[in-house]
Amino acid sequence: MILSVRDLKVSFRTNDGLVRAIDGVSFDLDESEILGVVGESGSGKTVSLLAVMGLITDPNATIEGSIRYKGRELVGLPARELRRLRGNEIAMIFQDPMTALTPVYTIGWQIAEQIRAHRRVSKAKAMERVEELLAEVNFPNPHEAMSRYPHQLSGGMRQRAVIAMALSCNPALLVADEPTTALDVTVQAGILDLVRKLRATHKSAVVFITHDMGVVSELADRVMVMYAGRVVERGSRTELFSDPRHPYTRALLGSIPPLTGEKPRRLPAIPGSPPSLLRLPKGCAFGPRCPVRYEPCETEKPALGAGSHPAACFRVAQA
Amino acid sequence: MTDTDRPILETRALAKRFSIGTRFSAEGRRTVHAVDNVSLTVRHGETVGLVGESGCGKSTLARCLVRLYDISDGKLFFEGDDITSKSLSELRPLRRRLQMVFQDPSASLNPRRRAGDLVAEPLRIHTKLSSAEINKRVAELFDLVGLLPDHVVRFPHEFSGGQRQRVGIARAIALNPDLVVLDEPVSALDVSVQAQIVNLLADLQEKLKLTYIFIAHDLSVVRQVSTRIAVMYLGSIVEEGPAEEVFAKPAHPYSQALISAVPVVETTPSGTRKRIILTGDVPSPLKPPSGCRFHPRCPIAVDRCRTERPELKEYRPGRRVACHFPTL
Repeated sequence: MILSVRDLKVSFRTNDGLVRAIDGVSFDLDESEILGVVGESGSGKTVSLLAVMGLITDPNATIEGSIRYKGRELVGLPARELRRLRGNEIAMIFQDPMTALTPVYTIGWQIAEQIRAHRRVSKAKAMERVEELLAEVNFPNPHEAMSRYPHQLSGGMRQRAVIAMALSCNPALLVADEPTTALDVTVQAGILDLVRKLRATHKSAVVFITHDMGVVSELADRVMVMYAGRVVERGSRTELFSDPRHPYTRALLGSIPPLTGEKPRRLPAIPGSPPSLLRLPKGCAFGPRCPVRYEPCETEKPALGAGSHPAACFRVAQA
Repeated sequence: MTDTDRPILETRALAKRFSIGTRFSAEGRRTVHAVDNVSLTVRHGETVGLVGESGCGKSTLARCLVRLYDISDGKLFFEGDDITSKSLSELRPLRRRLQMVFQDPSASLNPRRRAGDLVAEPLRIHTKLSSAEINKRVAELFDLVGLLPDHVVRFPHEFSGGQRQRVGIARAIALNPDLVVLDEPVSALDVSVQAQIVNLLADLQEKLKLTYIFIAHDLSVVRQVSTRIAVMYLGSIVEEGPAEEVFAKPAHPYSQALISAVPVVETTPSGTRKRIILTGDVPSPLKPPSGCRFHPRCPIAVDRCRTERPELKEYRPGRRVACHFPTL
């Protein structure tokens, strides 16, 4: 077990009241496993991973629960200790590579700096390693790319550079937050291929955050669906996609237009929009948009059950 | 000729060039060929989907089609009328028939004005309706796009993303246009809300007999709304045809790669769909490759492709491909 998150809660104090960004999230991650986290904006998928990385530094934030990395508790760990882990054993890839890279240094310099922050190696040695890494992430001309500045690279190449940086210290855990959302599908296909390859060669465990069900179904071993700060369904890829149980998962899958076969005249759309975290309904957060809601949904929040494929829904529990 | 065969918009060898740099910059003044030699016919009542990677010129083309950009070369016809170089005042009566919906409704709507006011603006500019009549029309439009009557007093930031895009759509259809150009209208929306807007657009098209030009990078959405598809690469159309046919049997190697790259939800173990992964990036339109512009990334390129640029040829009525070796 690489990562074990138990009953994680993150809330922010704001002028308008307390925002419960995540409300009781638990999950486990094994070595060389890819966990896909799906959800819309505001579902808490990014915040939960920022908490794992120890990157929530907002003084108005409260973090409760437990995050264990290889058995070691990360919640409440001093910043120095966390810094030793981050970028070394735990690495992160963000959505927009331009914000993860500084525009004033070359790609080679930035990756070498990252290596030298965690390993005692000479500059020349670090640069050699950079060239290897860039070759590994399929830069056509790694030696030349090292002297490039971020603005001289295309979006796909920048994301590859960020991935190379994330891999520089052989992380045991890689957290990727919508790494392909800003990219074209053709480039995305290459990046997904790369993530699969890296899992095989580096044995890294990967948490992959996305809103794209298609990406998850191609990449993940296990999937976690989030809505309004809670996990609503969890299961292996096959379980989740061949037998979606939560009405939200079902509706989301149903609203994606098909790429082949007959075109439906109208798409089965989900009414309404995701709720504001400031004004969550008393019962199930998906209740107001749910086609199968009944009385219990309005008063109580359904719990995510146990087992390999649980769904947080009274209807599912009933069946 | 039936109404559906009549072209509403037509381009002939349309081109848009931008000059970048100054004579003081390192490379001097240079020209970007953003849109190059595009001939496209849009017929009444259909939806033409424009697809391609970012930087392929689809948004530039869309802006040329509504004359938000001046056209560098070629011709643009609206209902048979040459509007390529009409002046702004001559264009004004046309504007009400040609509308556009933008990607990000929070950027295209003035944050300091109320939704009702925003939708009323085109009516005030283009019609001589009294304010009571305008209010009545605004209420009608709000109902049509699925907003509540009391939403008229709200400001854009008080809406959710989906509702904001509904305001943008209400504004675009306020003057009963014939043609609406939709530039990534659902891309900024949450997945669970996208389907609502796609359905709304389909309903409006049926009710108001609209013609759409639809741009999106989400290929499954484009397939859902479009009757015809034009695939663009580096400023030119490389393939065109009926939507379902192009998706089922893409003829150009680029369309094949593009469509195969879309991740789809599969319940069976992965590996059933064949994926073509393109190497390299889209070349810079500043230095487009010789011959066929796709040849450096093309898996089936031969010597001929490096020297001779394939024309967009009509293989069957309505099915055009620009490739020396199309799979038809």
